Amino acid sequence: MKKKIRILIAKPGLDGHDKGAKIVSLALRDAGMEVIYSGLHQSLEQVIQTAIQETVDVIGLSIMSGAHLPISEKLIGMMKEHGLDDVKLTVGGVIPHRDIPKLKEMGVAEVFPGGTSFEDIINGINKLFK
Amino acid sequence: MGVAKYIKDERGAIKEVTYQSGIKVKPVYGPQDLEKAGFEYDKDLGNPGEYPFTRSLHPQSYRSRAWTTRQYTGFGTPEETNERFKLMIANGQNGLNVAFDLPTQMGYDSDHPLAEGEVGRVGMAIDSLKDFETAFAGIPLDRIGSGLTINAVATIMMAMYQAVAEKFGYSREQISTTPQNDILKEMIGRGAWIFPVEHGVRLVGDSIEYAVKELPRSNPVSICGYHIRESGATPAQEIAYAFEIAKAYIDNVVQRGIKPEEFVGRFSFNFNVYGNLWEQIAKFRAARKLWAKMLKNEYGVTEKKKLFLRGLFGGGGSGLTKEQPENNIMRGAYYALGAALSGAQTIALCSFDEAYTIPTPRSALLSLRTLEILMDEVGLRDTVDPLAGSYFIETITLEMENKILEEMKEVEALGGMVKCISTGLIQRKISSQAYEYEKGLQSGEYKKVGITPGKTDKESGTTDVELHEYNEEWAEKSRANLKELRRTRNQQDVNQSLKALEKASMTNENVMPYLVKCCHAYATVGEMAGVFRQTFGEWNEPEFY
Repeated sequence: MKKKIRILIAKPGLDGHDKGAKIVSLALRDAGMEVIYSGLHQSLEQVIQTAIQETVDVIGLSIMSGAHLPISEKLIGMMKEHGLDDVKLTVGGVIPHRDIPKLKEMGVAEVFPGGTSFEDIINGINKLFK
Repeated sequence: MGVAKYIKDERGAIKEVTYQSGIKVKPVYGPQDLEKAGFEYDKDLGNPGEYPFTRSLHPQSYRSRAWTTRQYTGFGTPEETNERFKLMIANGQNGLNVAFDLPTQMGYDSDHPLAEGEVGRVGMAIDSLKDFETAFAGIPLDRIGSGLTINAVATIMMAMYQAVAEKFGYSREQISTTPQNDILKEMIGRGAWIFPVEHGVRLVGDSIEYAVKELPRSNPVSICGYHIRESGATPAQEIAYAFEIAKAYIDNVVQRGIKPEEFVGRFSFNFNVYGNLWEQIAKFRAARKLWAKMLKNEYGVTEKKKLFLRGLFGGGGSGLTKEQPENNIMRGAYYALGAALSGAQTIALCSFDEAYTIPTPRSALLSLRTLEILMDEVGLRDTVDPLAGSYFIETITLEMENKILEEMKEVEALGGMVKCISTGLIQRKISSQAYEYEKGLQSGEYKKVGITPGKTDKESGTTDVELHEYNEEWAEKSRANLKELRRTRNQQDVNQSLKALEKASMTNENVMPYLVKCCHAYATVGEMAGVFRQTFGEWNEPEFY
């Protein structure tokens, strides 16, 4: 049997709007993934530590405050430092379309702006492991 | 279609309609429906301005005065925000609704590592009284009231508002502020909490007690069903949970030996306007009635004005779509129409670009104009409670009342709101409802214009929405100001005032007077919140599944 994808849904930083992170967690769980939800107000150090401890395949950041560019850039640097080279990073939330190429260029594997269907999120993540 | 459940026959005719709150809607209503529901004019409606205030709080409602418009404003540095405040006031807005950035909301100074990338982003950055002096310069604080959208550190901002007013020569009796200050809803919905539940509630209690004694024109708490609804609650739950939260605050203040009659008149509410138009109208009318009944019967409140459910009905963020964003202009107008038909006292409307970011000046003004069109152009001020007596509206208003009561009973059976939040029960319930609703949207069970079921819209709104831009310089400026402040203020005053605050926080003493002193000494938000973090610790969120 194929190994289940383990994903950490993380809410980095100070923003507390967690409806999106929570419902996506539920959708991914129902799609057969093992989902760890970080809870709110996580520092990037905490996100990295949880990703290591839980040996996840994917970190899915949920960012609604508009700070997705600086946060993603910093996390990618930290993932490299910690040798998390095989872990994929996805970003969801309030993301203007014009920022998607910038995020991908940084090394974000997939971007799921608000309005992305559950199906597209699930397929987008599955595709990373094919 | 819409947020309600519709079952149709093979020809597309509607067979069944069920609102989110569980109310089933019939094709036609008549006098027999009111009779069946036991409707009585005096008991269920009363004249406008008369108990139980279903129709209106005031006998003349909008005839005597249109609603207060209070668009949510604030970004960048206090200078920028001050300019936007003045723009909105010059354009006819008569109250402020202040947005703070996330570091401020979470009690961190602009130079804290966790503030990186967030300074001034979703609201204005406030570190000390110096920033308030800039933000409120030239604003007549005796005439313009300010809503302060802040919760975990609302006590600090309330103290700072008093301090800035005093600095400008106003007395604390003259000023009117409404901090949001509803920490329990942050724990259900919006997430800007810091301290554990019991300490959070204590701070709310401190601010209410202080306002009763020292700030006669201020309303220390604005209870927000709004964010609970945004997080996935039904309209009936929105009201029920807000009332249960209110009860938790009332209990805290009553324990201090203050009678409900002395303070409940200062509570205000913030409710959401998105959803099915009729369900919203029923919700607001039922809520006014239930609040008055509850205060009278359960808390022995007698004075008429203290039974008023005052509040801001507005927003509607969850109703907006990122797809075809211009559609949100029309959506907002219909949401505002619902609020106007319900006699909303104060309104703020989400702007069409808020599915992306905070509004540009253009979109903020569009919202303001939308509200003006309703009041000044199409006739919403003509008569009070125009829908009263409608077989349909009165029947569903009674049904809504029962639905709200059912939800309240459920919370009370589980030990009350503080318990339900501490265990995460409410949060889990709302999250799973939000998930079900989202699935319904994606499957086409619920219809939103501009959204094709199961398809991600990758195109619309990508280039044609002008976005409010974040400016990195704001953070630098804030940090530079902070550095200068720390260099020039009297450090001994700061240390002494913080020490006194710490002492008060460890006992049952009210922290408010100590916070006012800290603010006058130019202690920073981070320093004051740091004292609380030390004394109270931080909340551990319960697991959500």
